[in-house]
Formats: sequence, structure tokens, C-alpha cells
Amino acid sequence: MKICFFHLMPYRFLPEDFEHKYRSVWVDPPHSLFDPEKCAGLYQEFLDELEFAEKSGFDGLCVNEHHNNAYGLMPSPNLMAATLTRRTSRAALIVLGNSLAAYNPPLRVAEEFAMLDLMSRGRLVAGFPVGTSMDMNFAYGIDPATLRERYYEAHDLVIQAWTRPEMFAFNGKYTQVRYVNIWPQPLQKPHPPVWIPGGGSVETWEWTAHLDYVYCYLSYYGYKRGKATMDGFWEAIGRVGADDNPYRAGFLQLVCVADTDAEAERLYFEHVHYFYQKCLNVWEGFAEAPGYRTIKTLQTGTKPQVGAQARKIRQSLDWKQYLDQGYVIAGSPATVRQQLTECIRSLRVGHLMVLLQIGSMPKDLTLHNTDLFAREVLPHVRDMWPGYKDRWWPTGAPAGHGQ
Amino acid sequence: MADGGSGRARPVTPESRTIAIRDGAVSFRVLSAGRGPHVVYFHSFHEGGGWSPFFDRLAARHTVLAPLHPGVEGSAGIETLENVLDLTLAYEELLDTLGVGSATLVGHFFGGMIAAELAAVFPERAGRLVLVSPLGLWRDDAPSADLLILPQDDLPAVLFRDPGSEAARRWAAKPAGEHEELQAYIESIQRRAAMAKFVWPLPDKGIKKRLHRITAPTLLLWGDADRANPIVYAEEWQRRIKGAAVRLLVGGHMLLHEAPEAAAVAVVEFVDR
Repeated sequence: MKICFFHLMPYRFLPEDFEHKYRSVWVDPPHSLFDPEKCAGLYQEFLDELEFAEKSGFDGLCVNEHHNNAYGLMPSPNLMAATLTRRTSRAALIVLGNSLAAYNPPLRVAEEFAMLDLMSRGRLVAGFPVGTSMDMNFAYGIDPATLRERYYEAHDLVIQAWTRPEMFAFNGKYTQVRYVNIWPQPLQKPHPPVWIPGGGSVETWEWTAHLDYVYCYLSYYGYKRGKATMDGFWEAIGRVGADDNPYRAGFLQLVCVADTDAEAERLYFEHVHYFYQKCLNVWEGFAEAPGYRTIKTLQTGTKPQVGAQARKIRQSLDWKQYLDQGYVIAGSPATVRQQLTECIRSLRVGHLMVLLQIGSMPKDLTLHNTDLFAREVLPHVRDMWPGYKDRWWPTGAPAGHGQ
Repeated sequence: MADGGSGRARPVTPESRTIAIRDGAVSFRVLSAGRGPHVVYFHSFHEGGGWSPFFDRLAARHTVLAPLHPGVEGSAGIETLENVLDLTLAYEELLDTLGVGSATLVGHFFGGMIAAELAAVFPERAGRLVLVSPLGLWRDDAPSADLLILPQDDLPAVLFRDPGSEAARRWAAKPAGEHEELQAYIESIQRRAAMAKFVWPLPDKGIKKRLHRITAPTLLLWGDADRANPIVYAEEWQRRIKGAAVRLLVGGHMLLHEAPEAAAVAVVEFVDR
């Protein structure tokens, strides 16, 4: 079992009335709410927290990419991963990832990931998300109708740039390059392991299964709601005839650990509430540009993670509901151990990503949560999935369990 | 008299057929009714179904042809069309296949942009041109509303002069039943996605460089309370198309649905002139 520490890098200082006064945390949150002095401090906190997680024994550190987003101050996860290459030495650096369609040419991703792989001596996991509609269609202006096609083409170009022995010409629909010949080349061979962060898109499951990549469901709504999606993924795996190795899957879960269940509520409720009410306050019009999801996926009837539907679900949630619905696994070490075990088993995930800095959680509390998790929970779930080999772990990071 | 007067036109049931071009790579569902000189209508984002009372009156003395854009309700091949030029060429091939030489081209918003593109690239195709609140130009000081993405509940106030009117209520009515509602939602997304492909993220795709090529007599028709596409754009279009006339009617952005009689009369008067 691999346990990874995921950071979203949220702005912690949104006003009390944010979700009532402003329509969206994403795409058009006003600059008047942004204090550069505070943000400069936040980056130091966030990096301290990531570095602390490695020291505490987490197997991997996860960063990701968002744009125009007050809960994700990380337009370039590669910059964060780059600084982590120098301040860490053991953890896998899991960049989840670079939204391929946004880079022109996408070779930029092949180059920067190769650099990160070399700088970390083979600890990189290369994540390739399609990117959310908010990021890709609204913040970056990419036409929703062609986003996926651009993404698939860019993926092919990046993989070829890493693996073809000689220089080649690439005559794509969206990218044409006469001389593809990136220097440097990645350290891991044939290339760094590829993980695909996704929502619930049917096409992504099948594509991921077909290419033998890891599929990561980065849900904010916990393992109970995530079950249907992960079941869909495992069914897709079955359809292509691949084995059911749990290391094919990753899942993100919000977790809060305290000495007792009551203490968890006292310490964490306000920050969890900040996350669900403020950080996920996305205007319905931005939730999904027309054409972002395919008809096949729309026909399944699933709704986007943000927008009006999601808002209705979220509104006026209290601590008990956050827990009962599984959005957050929180409580004493014993409570968290029991539920996390259930989460890992029911979803069949070999790569668990935990979000321990949540919403407005300050550094001291994040370190407390991280420390308790690492000491009281992590050792108890680490030995799950014995007998399965993790073929998707970077070769430069310690293999640990799962080999 | 069914034409020119103020009486309500009798509802018409249009004929529907599918016309393929490019060996079937692109196909158009074309609704049509009436007899007489050709009027070809190009629809916009928020017109489901393809036919409305506006056409009933036009069909009294004209052959009205209303194709649905590729990707919308039975028209296919959107994935083979990459940009506005591709779509314009496809429409020219459709007119050819239909045996339509020169016609009155009418279009609303996105459809107005396509009608104008056709008239600019193939001036001989446009006998007359009627642009109803067309899309295609951009002014930073007066952005047109982001109609492609506005949530359903927010639309009536932007689209209609009077969101409480019968036309607005009829437009906003949801189908009964969960399954029907999901299908309507998917149809709406498909329809908007098909057109978004040509105007994302901003509608300025270069038509301003081509409008000088238009030779057809042109009428710019605008609702006086158009809150989606500010009236300053009427001046922009008029300035760029030689001899274009502007006419304001009482209505909002959905003028053709709010005032179908008055709009049809204005079109007929212009065509007969």
C-alpha cells in the first residue's frame, strides 16, 4: 500500500461572507480578495508541510495544476516539484499533473517532466489530466469540443518524445513539429510512470485501462460517493481483460486525525467547512462548458463535482453529515484507521492520496494532523494488498510495500 | 391575406429531410415549408426544434429552408468541421445540393454570423441578407453576454424583453419526467457545444476582415431591449456592410420568438422592396 500526501495549496483568507457575496472561487474570483504578502507566506507554509510529510514517512507527495483558482494557488505544479527535488530525497514526486492540451507545443511537458525526473533521480510520477472545464475552457480559453482530441494527440507526442530512439517529425492535427528531439531525456525507462487523474468520464477509464496507466479519482466527496466511479473504473479494467491489481487505482480522501472524535470536530470543523462552502463555491455557468463532457458520459446522468447540483448537496452540511456521508474521514486514530481501511478495501486502491491540509487549516494544525496520521494511522494500513506488485511506482523512490 | 398584413399566420407543419454532402461526412437535417423564392434561415444557441411561428408567416409567400447546424438534432459531422470557414463551405455545398442559387439569407446571433460569412465568401449566394442581432464582432467596452454558458434559470431575463411573457414562459418550460428532462438537458448541451466550437472563447473569428465583400442589400434587425447583444453592435455591423439598414423592433434578443409577426413583416417588406 502506498500512502501519499496531497496538497491543493488553498488561499486561506477568503472573507467570511465569500460564498454569499461572490459567485465563484474559480475563474472569476476578484483580485481585491488576494493579498500578495499573505500568499508569499502561504507558499513557504505549504512547502514546509510537504517537506514535513516526507520526514513523517509518507511514500509520495502530490501536487496539481489549477488556474484562476482561489483554492489552488498552483498554476505550475512543476515549480513546486522542482523545489521539492532539492529539499526531499526519498518520496515519490507525484505531479497530477500537467494538463497536456494547455501547452503549446506539448513538448514543453515532455521537457519539464524529463528535467524533474533527472533532478529527483527518478522519483517522478507523470500525471496527465485532461484538466477541468474551469481550467481549460474558461481560464485558458480552449474550445471544449476539441479539448479531448488535443489531449490525446499531445499525450501521443509526449510519450513518443520520451521513447523513440531517433529524432522524428510529428504531423498532428493540433501540433506540427519538424524536429522532435528533446534534450534532456527522462531518467526512468521507458519513461516515468503515468497516472491519469480523472473525474467520472467513461472514455478516460477505458483509455487508461487500455494503456495500462494508473487511474486516480480526485474526488472531494469521499469514498462513499466515490464508490460508483471506482466501480465503473474496475468494470472498464475487466472489459479490457487486465488484472485487478489495486495499484492500478488511486483515490483522494480528506482526513482529519485528533486524539478523540470530539477533539477532531473542535479542531477541524471550521476548516472543513471553509473548504466545502468557500473553496467549492463555483458558479454553475463555469462548472462545465458545453461539450466538455462527452455525450456518452452525460448519458450516465452523473453531475459535475461543482456547480448548482453540487451546491445543493453541500449547503448547510454540519460535522456529522460531513462524516456520515464520508466526505471527510475524521476522528480518533482508531476511528480513522477503521474507516480508511474500509475506504481502501471498498474502492480497491493501492495508491491512497490523503488531503490533510484542508481549506483554511493553518500550518501548525496541518503538521499536527500530518504527524498524528503518520504515527497512528499510516503504519496500520501500510500492509494492505500483500502479494500485489506496484508496477506504477517511480524506480528512484524506495519501493517499500507493494513489491 | 396571409402576408404583409397584421393577422396571425396559420401554423405550418414543416417537412423534414436529411441532406448529406461530402459522401456523408456531413449531413444536415433541413426543415422546409412554403412556396416561392427561397429564404434560408440559420438558427442560434437557444432555438431548439428548428421551427417557430416566425417561419409560418414567411412560408406564406416563400420557400423557407431551415437547416440545423451539424451536431444539432439530427444534423451530423461536426467533428469534421474545424472552423468557421469549414462550416461556411459546408453550407455552400448544402445550398448547391438543395438547388438553391441565390436566396434571402436570414440568421439570428450565431446564425447571423454564418449568414454573413456565406454572403461575404459567396456574394452570389445572397440575394438579400437579414441579420437579426448577429454575433461575430467584439468590443471590449460592450461584450455580448456569454449566452453559451448562462444557467437555464438566468437566461430568460437576458434573452427576453419581458421574461414573464408567454413567449418566454413557453421557451423556458421543462419537459415532464426525469428521463425527458435529462434528454432535454443533453440536447441543449449538444446544441450549444456544436456552435461553441466555432466561437469559443470569443466570437471574433475574423469576419470583420470579410464584411466589405458583402454586396447583398442588408437589413440589420434588432430588438430595442436586446440585453444579450448590445445595440452598439448594430452600428458596428452597419459601418462595415455597405448600405446596410438598421431596424429596431419592440423586443429583446429573442425577437423572432417574442414578436414573430412583426419580425416576419419587417423581413417580407425588406425582401419585397
